[in-house]
Amino acid sequence: MELAIAHETIARWQFGITTVYHFLFVPLTISLAAIVAGLETAWVRTNKEKYFHATKFWGKLFLINIAMGVVTGIVQEFQFGMNWSDYSRFVGDVFGAPLAMEALIAFFFESTFIGLWIFGWDKLPKKIHCACIWMVSLGTVLSSYFILAANSWMQHPAGYAIDKATEKARLTDITKVLFQDTTLTVVFHTLTAAFLTGAAFMVGIASFHLWKAKRRPEDADPKRTAVMRTSLRLGLVLAVVFGAGTALSGDTLGKVMFEQQPMKMAAAEALWDTQSPAPFSVFAVGDVGKGHNSVALEVPGVLSFLAHSDFSSSVPGINDTAAAEAAAHGGNPKDYIPNVFVTYWGFRFMIGFGMTSFVAGLIGLWTTRRKFLLRPEFRTGDTEVPRLMLTPKRELSPLLTKWSWRIGILTMGFPLIANSFGWIFTEMGRQPWAVFGLMTTAGAVSPNVGVGTQIGALATFTTLYAILAVVEVRLLVKYAKAGPVVTEQPPAQDPSLRGPSADEDADKPLAFAY
Amino acid sequence: MQLHDVWFVLIAVLWIGYFFLEGFDFGIGILTKPLARNTAERRVLINTIGPVWDGNEVWLLTAGGATFAAFPDWYATLFSGFYIPLLAILVCLIVRGVAFEYRAKRDGARWQRNWEEAIFWTSLVPAFLWGVAFANIVRGVDIDAQKNYVGGLADLLNPYALLGGLVTLTLFTFHGAVFAALKTVGEIRERARAAALRAGLAAAVLALAFLLWTQADSGNGRSLVALVVAVLALAGALVANQLGREGWAFVLSGATVVAAVAMLFLALFPNVMPSTLNPAWSLTVGNAASSPYTLKLMTVVAAVFTPLVLLYQGWTYWVFRKRIGVQHIPAAHRPAAPAAPATPATPTASADRA
Ligand code: HDD
Ligand code: HEM
Ligand code: HEM
Repeated sequence: MELAIAHETIARWQFGITTVYHFLFVPLTISLAAIVAGLETAWVRTNKEKYFHATKFWGKLFLINIAMGVVTGIVQEFQFGMNWSDYSRFVGDVFGAPLAMEALIAFFFESTFIGLWIFGWDKLPKKIHCACIWMVSLGTVLSSYFILAANSWMQHPAGYAIDKATEKARLTDITKVLFQDTTLTVVFHTLTAAFLTGAAFMVGIASFHLWKAKRRPEDADPKRTAVMRTSLRLGLVLAVVFGAGTALSGDTLGKVMFEQQPMKMAAAEALWDTQSPAPFSVFAVGDVGKGHNSVALEVPGVLSFLAHSDFSSSVPGINDTAAAEAAAHGGNPKDYIPNVFVTYWGFRFMIGFGMTSFVAGLIGLWTTRRKFLLRPEFRTGDTEVPRLMLTPKRELSPLLTKWSWRIGILTMGFPLIANSFGWIFTEMGRQPWAVFGLMTTAGAVSPNVGVGTQIGALATFTTLYAILAVVEVRLLVKYAKAGPVVTEQPPAQDPSLRGPSADEDADKPLAFAY
Repeated sequence: MQLHDVWFVLIAVLWIGYFFLEGFDFGIGILTKPLARNTAERRVLINTIGPVWDGNEVWLLTAGGATFAAFPDWYATLFSGFYIPLLAILVCLIVRGVAFEYRAKRDGARWQRNWEEAIFWTSLVPAFLWGVAFANIVRGVDIDAQKNYVGGLADLLNPYALLGGLVTLTLFTFHGAVFAALKTVGEIRERARAAALRAGLAAAVLALAFLLWTQADSGNGRSLVALVVAVLALAGALVANQLGREGWAFVLSGATVVAAVAMLFLALFPNVMPSTLNPAWSLTVGNAASSPYTLKLMTVVAAVFTPLVLLYQGWTYWVFRKRIGVQHIPAAHRPAAPAAPATPATPTASADRA
């Protein structure tokens, strides 16, 4: 028994570590792909140099990032079989379908067109080259869609039946898996959160360069400032739009979850007893043994509103939900309570960190405005660092200016942190279920894989990932700090495109090589 | 032919596609050591597969995903059973992908040497281990009544499987050398042909022994046909290589990979993982498959998207069809140094394009 518990725990740690790690790269990949595509489109359409340099600069950071997203994804694909073989046997009929579709439809798309984009600068006509990065972007979105459909099925099984003979889940309706409301809202929320992540990343790096240009005007290059100024504004707009989108989609998702997994949401709020109206908890210290909070700071009625859009409805608490689940599935009510501490704080950190970037975006958008309600003498040109304006004629004090830029830099990774906490909350709040209501996590692990093997694998991945994290962060910092290469010219189109005979330039070096 | 038989064929096709494509990727990675004499030559080799290796690797992901969807028990038994070899393969694939992308992202001899070393080993180890894994699948392993593998790691390293590993190792090296000869110009092209001869001869001896052993143990009429095709293709590839017909040599070395892997699947059918403990416990296309609904759904998806994938992947090979040599390799990468020399019109200054 002792060993059996260890077995499950190690498998969970491994899945948690590798998946959270994978998801550090995913949101940036999704958002930067689309942002780079947008920038390249702007270049193709306007022929303005600054868009070309912005495409190159953000594209390089995007490539450093996606490399890690891709290789860590490979582990994800095989982990279900390695550590969760009983799970795989039980759900493969349903769960395997979106996974296989993801590979066949999305991964091929991304990986093939990214090769064309990286190496094709002088091999493809401009417009086709630009289309390639759009294909990559489409691939990232499709890939998240399919994998989130799979995950949503674990959160809320739909479109299946339990086969009488084999006692396994059997797919009966793929449209329910792909289009149930859990899937749709989760996709909406995850994608908006991904774009918020990319936006904050852009704002941070652009702030770094602009603040440097402001402090040391003698070293500043007007072309580089132009690129960064455009990036800053784009980042700020995206942060506001997608920050609002994340909040909206999160609210919708919360309502879905209150219905489908009341336990998760009760735990997210440390709401031990059913209450009507239910308060929103701002701070709580719970006592799991006794089943109540020893310290709590609450805003009355707000939770009722989050769950059902009115301020007085009843929201079920942990104790009642646990009793109901125990009555339905047998066993001790305590077994059905997830880790309330992690769930509660995960939920708060998700919202707190993510929304900070949204608010920072709002403020930044206002203070860096170009014309709107600004006296002409305070307006700045395309190649200047914007002045931070509070009112039409008041600039922020030097101290506040310094801190505004610094906050832009410091909040760069906040949505990334929010994403991790969001997933940790989602997945741990589902416990003890692997597939909600159908299969427990304990029953999902591979029975034949020894604890020693698992510890070895866990240690291997953790070490490898830690080393790669250092390598990747160093590279990102190095390239981000260096900034765009504003001396670079757009590539001339390759003459060989005109036909195999045009080999006058046969010894011309490649536009890009590893 | 029932739907689960169709899916057996489709999964075989995915694995064959994977070994055909990543086979030469692995070969190129292995050859960076014996074939390339300096950094520029190593970069030539790496860049022959630069634009395509990632797309090639997705064949593996698709094979894995499709196995999960179509034969959940096969997926579960295989990957939980072959845990440690698979772990080693995964680690290699992770490091290898990062190595390709990051090697040139920083100057410094040590940085680049380390990644080059990594490319060699992380190509060599999976090339060997895939052979070990597939030999064990065909041979059968200790699977109990609950469909779980109950043997140990040592059981997987039996002589037959180790021979299988050597076969894939040499065959992929041969395939990679032929690919290198096809895709490069200059001195390295000549040396690639010489390397192909040596690797090809080694592969021929080992493959013949392994395939005959397989035929004797678990063969049937159809697998015999595949065996003969594989042997003839390999012989033909060697001849074409000697005659300097690089295109034909590549087609035929590819055909060797295809026929050899096909033979393993033909020998396997209708099992997907035979049990050595009790034939009744073997996983078969029948007892490991998904429900007809899922299989039908996946058939439609595969029928629509597989041709599309072949089309755009084929196009990629067309776009990057030109041979490359050391003269095409731009000067070493340097991150956007603020004081980069401003000679934009000359191609060497575009080294940093990414
Ligand atoms: C930048 C990141 C970010 C931000 C600012 C928010 N979220 Fe979020 N949230 C995520 C990033 C995220 C996520 C990591 O993407 C999750 C994990 C699973 C998922 O679908 O999205 C998530 C999950 C998640 C869930 C659980 C869904 C499930 O169990 O499937 C709920 C109820 C919310 N969120 C609600 C909110 C609310 C009400 C927010 C407030 C404004 C909010 N989120 C902001
Ligand atoms: C990418 C974002 C994701 C993150 C960050 C994440 C995080 C986690 C974490 C932290 C755990 C451990 C839970 C625990 O220890 O209680 C876990 C478990 C698990 N998650 Fe996720 N997850 C993500 C997405 C997914 C997706 C998309 C799937 C399915 C396709 C999935 C399937 C699972 C499974 C099978 C487990 C193991 C069983 C369990 O402990 O519940 N996860 N995940
Ligand atoms: C546990 C579940 C997951 C599995 C099995 C998985 C699988 C994979 C695999 C195999 C890759 C590499 C693809 C390649 O080689 O090109 C990958 C990359 C990626 N995944 Fe995940 N992933 C998981 C979670 C997620 C989630 C939750 C999302 C999005 C919401 C996501 C989105 C992506 C993206 C955008 C990439 C990078 C680009 C690329 O695919 O090439 N993944 N994933």
